[in-house]
Amino acid sequence: MAEPLLAVDRVTCRFGGLLAVNAASLTAAEGRITALIGPNGAGKTTLFSIISGFIRASAGAVRYAGADITGEPPHRLARRGIARTFQIVQPFIGLSVRENILVGAHLHHRTRNAALAVADQIGHDVGLGELLNRPADTLTVAGRKRLELARALATNPKVLLLDEVLAGLNPSEVRDFVPVIRDWCRRGITILMIEHVMQAVMSLAEHVFVLAEGSIIAEGPPAKVVADPIVVEAYLGHGAAAKLGAPRER
Amino acid sequence: MVPRQNWGRPVSGDPLLAISDLHAGYGETDVLRGVDLAVGADEVVAVLGSNGAGKSTLNRAISGVLRARRGSIRFAGHTIDQEKPASIVSRGLIHVPEGRRVFPNLSVKDNLDLGGYRRARNQRRQNRERVFGIFPRLAERQSQLAGTLSGGEQQMLAIGRGLMAEPILLILDEPSLGLSPLLVEELFALIHSINAQGVAILLVEQNVVQSLEVAHRAYILENGSVVLDGTSDHLRNDPNLKRAYLGL
Repeated sequence: MAEPLLAVDRVTCRFGGLLAVNAASLTAAEGRITALIGPNGAGKTTLFSIISGFIRASAGAVRYAGADITGEPPHRLARRGIARTFQIVQPFIGLSVRENILVGAHLHHRTRNAALAVADQIGHDVGLGELLNRPADTLTVAGRKRLELARALATNPKVLLLDEVLAGLNPSEVRDFVPVIRDWCRRGITILMIEHVMQAVMSLAEHVFVLAEGSIIAEGPPAKVVADPIVVEAYLGHGAAAKLGAPRER
Repeated sequence: MVPRQNWGRPVSGDPLLAISDLHAGYGETDVLRGVDLAVGADEVVAVLGSNGAGKSTLNRAISGVLRARRGSIRFAGHTIDQEKPASIVSRGLIHVPEGRRVFPNLSVKDNLDLGGYRRARNQRRQNRERVFGIFPRLAERQSQLAGTLSGGEQQMLAIGRGLMAEPILLILDEPSLGLSPLLVEELFALIHSINAQGVAILLVEQNVVQSLEVAHRAYILENGSVVLDGTSDHLRNDPNLKRAYLGL
């Protein structure tokens, strides 16, 4: 097993009386894809916000590449190489696709030309090459999801946190998007993804953590996790579990 | 242009919703280019198609948020294509929009009550309890601000707000977005049971397989036109159709 590049150690987060995350621990192995799944309201996005510095944990620690990064603000973490995407994609609608990606590229590139070169390259890599001059608000949902990914990638991250990047895509769009994610992992980016599209989780992730009511209730390889009765009960439901289990029965 | 194909039973009698030759769009572009579609009073009808085909634009035109440029929309015997969204809501045509759109700075309870503002105002209390019965999570969080809910909980709230108006026709635009597999299963069971209580449903979904299980009929939209419509059974069982239009 590869060394974890990112480790969340017994992190707790309270909002007033609400215990959103309760002593949750997880790791993301370097160069691999790790998935975080769980029921709605389990605290998945909150945990992402803690890792990426948008929210402060009430207790616990986040370690990254050997350093304690607990409580560091997002802009510092972005410089260190931690990037995230958001569930509801919000491109800068007055800007073109290229300019949106440029915002990310400027993190490490001061000159416009250098940043533009990076933005164009990443735009092409995520399949937006033909659309770089289009206003961002004319993109379809699938296009906006790719733009969200491109903007994060343009910051040249070592760890990429993907928050439901496949939600709202139809089956063929999901099928087109999955190899894009796998490709970025092969290029050396460590990926931690929140996802409900289980077919994608099964085919992409090497390790899965399951969060429910703020606590990690299961972890392991995807095939093992989806067969876990606790996970079926809390998250998958019997119908989805049967569909995911079907190929193994043949 | 691909000729339109039809394998479905025709809607008998006067449908609840009848759309004919509908054109609508933004700026100089027509997104919808002559859509014909009908929903019977007892039906669940699915609208399928890739992102950008015009599905959400169709919903916006039906609920009056976007004005139709040509063609007609009739609902329950009235022409509604020139009516304001609020009047359309009063008639019982309720649109649960894509992307949640809850009021983030209002409580869960206030968001629900706003759903029962134009219609069913006197039944708000019972209807709220009914919604809490369907989504117990919302009951637990009823005094919380909607903006502090998780993504999936906001989706539940958006659907619940739609139910507060006691819809005659309920338009659901990607209701399963961001919901866990278990909740998606429950959502489709819910759609079935809402329909069984006499509510017609127009369902726009990316979840093609489950949509075809719950819908009686489906329309497939491509580039702003209906390229195919038929019974769900037919669409489900024809491998060529599935491959060509549904990406399955």
